[in-house]
Amino acid sequence: MFERCRAAGRPAFMPYITAGYPGAAETVPLLLALEAGGADAIELGVPFSDPMADGATIQHANYVAVEQGVSFADCLGFVRTARERGLEAPVILMGYYNPLLAYGEERAPGDAAAAGADGFIVVDLPPEEAGRFLVACRGADMSFVPLVAPTTADTRIAKIAGAADAFLYCVSVLGTTGQRAALPEELPGFIGRVRGLTGLPLAVGFGIGTREHVEEVGRIADAAVIGSAIIATIDAADEAHRAQRVREFVESVTGHKQAGGDGP
Amino acid sequence: MSADTTLSPRFGEFGGRYVPETLVGAHEELEEAYSAARSDPAFGDELEGLLKHYVGRPTPLYLAERLTRECGGARIWLKREDLAHTGAHKINNAIGQALLAKRLGKPRIIAETGAGQHGVATATVCAMLGLECAVYMGSEDIRRQSLNVFRMKMLGATVIPVESGSRTLKDAINEAMRDWVTNVRTTHYLIGSAIGPHPFPTIVRDFQSVIGREARQQMLEQAGKLPDVAIACVGGGSNAIGLFHPFVDDPVRLIGVEAAGEGVGTGRHSATLVAGRPGVLHGTRTYLLQDANGQILETHSISAGLDYPGVGPEHSWLKTSERAEYVAVDDVQALEGFKALTRAEGIIPALEPSHAVYHALKVARSLDPGEDLLIGLSGRGDKDMHTVAAALGVTL
Repeated sequence: MFERCRAAGRPAFMPYITAGYPGAAETVPLLLALEAGGADAIELGVPFSDPMADGATIQHANYVAVEQGVSFADCLGFVRTARERGLEAPVILMGYYNPLLAYGEERAPGDAAAAGADGFIVVDLPPEEAGRFLVACRGADMSFVPLVAPTTADTRIAKIAGAADAFLYCVSVLGTTGQRAALPEELPGFIGRVRGLTGLPLAVGFGIGTREHVEEVGRIADAAVIGSAIIATIDAADEAHRAQRVREFVESVTGHKQAGGDGP
Repeated sequence: MSADTTLSPRFGEFGGRYVPETLVGAHEELEEAYSAARSDPAFGDELEGLLKHYVGRPTPLYLAERLTRECGGARIWLKREDLAHTGAHKINNAIGQALLAKRLGKPRIIAETGAGQHGVATATVCAMLGLECAVYMGSEDIRRQSLNVFRMKMLGATVIPVESGSRTLKDAINEAMRDWVTNVRTTHYLIGSAIGPHPFPTIVRDFQSVIGREARQQMLEQAGKLPDVAIACVGGGSNAIGLFHPFVDDPVRLIGVEAAGEGVGTGRHSATLVAGRPGVLHGTRTYLLQDANGQILETHSISAGLDYPGVGPEHSWLKTSERAEYVAVDDVQALEGFKALTRAEGIIPALEPSHAVYHALKVARSLDPGEDLLIGLSGRGDKDMHTVAAALGVTL
């Protein structure tokens, strides 16, 4: 995927949605809409009652999904159904550790692989605490995607990269998820520092919300993640057009148009 | 057996550091600063001086003679943390961590608070040391602890209402963590209980252990022996671990009392160790109140300070290793404990230790007159007068 995007001269685009938001029945159509709009990979948020690294928009999406009882097992169900309906993009399950623990950290990666998912990003599981889970991921051929932040020391970046197998998730900014007017000035310096320490592809997330942001990220990294802006798009759409509006938003970011799409 | 896990990140299988990557560096830095401070006599002297002249330590150990007579069993001793400056044990930890923040060169302090006692203690210490202070507090707690909110504001702190989730302590911690992730370079998160990621449970335990160290010494002096039983209330568990820790290697029965709220069977309670199971929340592996999907449950207690779905990881270890036992006392029983101590001794306890008092009276009755029972009286009850009045159907 990264090679393909690089050859096309653009960053891979990885949108995020929270599974079960705004309703369990909408997750599969939304996943398909993301791909139709040009997503290269998808981050599917596993809802948690206490999303401490998330800003208000994604917090709210988590609460709504948790209220409806959406579980890790339900998330696997969404992936399975989406695959049956033709979803091809890699799906990375993103969330917090406790729902995985409750499901069983040793069986979660195998079951996720069987459902058609491709990897995990666990916000509150740094590699040194991930022992058992990491082993289970390796055994199931699921990627474990660690995070690095502007506050991560060089020696630690090298160590973290050693636990990664697919790519590194670079947290662009000190703070929670959510849109910001501009990318942080220190971003190129930070990404350059990571680049100097690992050959792995780099995805950048947190605070990215527009096509301009994605293009800017594309000049220094391999992939860009948009989360809160997708959730905000869902919120702004009327119920009948959520998937369509999300697809349009993704198209506006990727510049991607399907043949026979809504052109003139 | 020894509970000394000094700067080891785990207590048995519990503890650890489950934090977003952005905060890992700050925890490593804090661990280094604390290790250095512990072996620096200047730090110890400054802390000791403040505990003596500012907090008023040592706090007294008081033999509750009338209460003892009423129970007709063991002698009942109270470790009077309610007499510490600001009216609760929270100041012991607030001072220690604020001094650490100064060593770290961080001019801004954030804290979470439930009952408001930790918020008041933190705001107090920040006023004294000239540090900027912001306190996160659930809007539900702000409503039931308005006096403490006003105290914090008078002390110069900013109180930030938290509207998410159950609008109580757990949500205040989430918001404080979000603030910290954003401002980590200038800010120290002064966690108020023996919870959170390593090294917080160890740091808070160490700063609160002054309670048990003093009590142990005072028991030997005043009773001529160690207590047979030590009892304290457990929310996050900082006053309990502070009382228990110096007794862990002694033949002293340790009992932690959690809040059963409206009853453990009703689902509306905060009895984490009694009714929960292990998981990871707020950066630590510990017992949690959670559903089958790993979602954290909303809790209930008449006392805002016990209203928390997790518990300090060292308590989880003391439970599974069977060194301490944990029970739950409900809202109505806590009010009974509150009234008993107030009437018999002229000491108005906070609702949190009222849970411990209720259970202690029960235990005392089952013991012989030659035996001694020690209660950690973690705070005074002024802040709870509105809640108690409402529970008794009185309009103030």
